[in-house]
Amino acid sequence: MARIIVVTSGKGGVGKTTTSAAFAMGLAMKGYRTAVIDFDVGLRNLDLVMGCERRVVYDFVNVLNGEATLHQALIRDKRRDNLFILPASQTRDKESLTKEGVERVLNELAETHEYIVCDSPAGIEKGATLAMYFADDALVVTNPEVSSVRDSDRMLGILASKSRRAELGVEPIKEYLLLTRYSPERVRLGEMLSVEDVQEILSMHLLGVIPESKSVLGASNAGTPVILDEKSDAGQAYGDIVRRYLGEQVPHRFVEENKKGLLKRLFGG
Amino acid sequence: MGLLDYFRSRSPATTSASVAKERLQILVAHERAQRNKPDYLPKLQRELLEVVRKYVQVAEDAITVTMEEDGDREILELNIILPDEPDPKVKTKARRR
Repeated sequence: MARIIVVTSGKGGVGKTTTSAAFAMGLAMKGYRTAVIDFDVGLRNLDLVMGCERRVVYDFVNVLNGEATLHQALIRDKRRDNLFILPASQTRDKESLTKEGVERVLNELAETHEYIVCDSPAGIEKGATLAMYFADDALVVTNPEVSSVRDSDRMLGILASKSRRAELGVEPIKEYLLLTRYSPERVRLGEMLSVEDVQEILSMHLLGVIPESKSVLGASNAGTPVILDEKSDAGQAYGDIVRRYLGEQVPHRFVEENKKGLLKRLFGG
Repeated sequence: MGLLDYFRSRSPATTSASVAKERLQILVAHERAQRNKPDYLPKLQRELLEVVRKYVQVAEDAITVTMEEDGDREILELNIILPDEPDPKVKTKARRR
C-alpha cells in the first residue's frame, strides 16, 4: 500500500513544484519506488522542473478519460529508474478530473509504488482539492510572508475538513510545515517572519527550512530537481527534509546565519 | 549591515516582521473562528436584524452573531449595538449544551 503525500500551499509561487520534484527524487534516491503526479491541469510544469518535458506523450487527463493506460502515460526518470512522472494535460478541460477518476488512478499507482507525491496547483479549486483529498500526509509549503502564511492556514482548514480521512473519520492527514525562501539575515534584521513566528501562528510540526538560494532557479533552468545539487544549501536542505520525513533524526540547518567575522558584523559587508 | 543596523535590529517591537506577526495572529484567529461555524448563522443574523428593526432602528451591521467553542460547551454570542443610547451596547449570551 502506497503512502500518498500532497504538496500544497494555497498560494502560488511558493515552491510547490520545486518541492514536489525534489521530494519525489529524494524518496527515489532512498530506494523507494515513487510516482509524482502533476495536478495542475491546464498549466503543466512539473515536467519542466523534472526535465522530461520532451518525453510527454500522454498525460493524467488521457488516463482519466481512458485514452491511454497509466503505463503508457508514466514517464520513467532518466536518472532514477524507480521514479515515475505523471504529467498534467495542457488542455483546460477539467471535466475529467473527478474524485472517482483520481481514486482509480491512485489505486492503480498504489499497487506498484511505495510513495505517491501529488503536486497541487495553487488556489482552492478542483485540482487543489482533489490533489489533497486522498492524501495521507501533507507538505504545506509556506514562505515567511503574510499572504502565504494566511493561505497555508486556510489549507490546513481544508485538509482537516474536506479530505477523505476527515470524511471517513479516521486518523487525520499528517501535516508538515516546509518553510521555503528563508533568509536568516533578513530575519535578524526584523524584515522577515522567523521560523518560530510561522510555527507559532500555524501551530504545525516543522519538517524543514529551505533557504533562499540561487541554486533553485539554476535547477529549474536545467530541469534537474535541486536535491541533486548536493553542493547547494537548498539541495542539502531538501535532502535533510526527506530523511526527516522518513523518520531519521536530523538537526535543523539553514535557520541560522552563516557565521561572519566580528569586523564584518560591525562594519558591514 | 553596519554597527547602527545591529542595534536597530534589537528592538523587535518596531520591525516590520513583528508587525506582520501581530497582524497574522489576529487574522488567523479570526478566520479559524469563522471556519467551523454552522451554516445557519448568516440567516439567523439577518432574521434577528429584521426583528430588532421592528422596534429599534439599528444599523445594518449593528448585529453580530458568533459561535465559539469552550470545552464541551458551544457559546452562541449575540451582540446588538443600539443607536444613541446612554449605554449603547446590549450584550446577550445564549448558552447551550
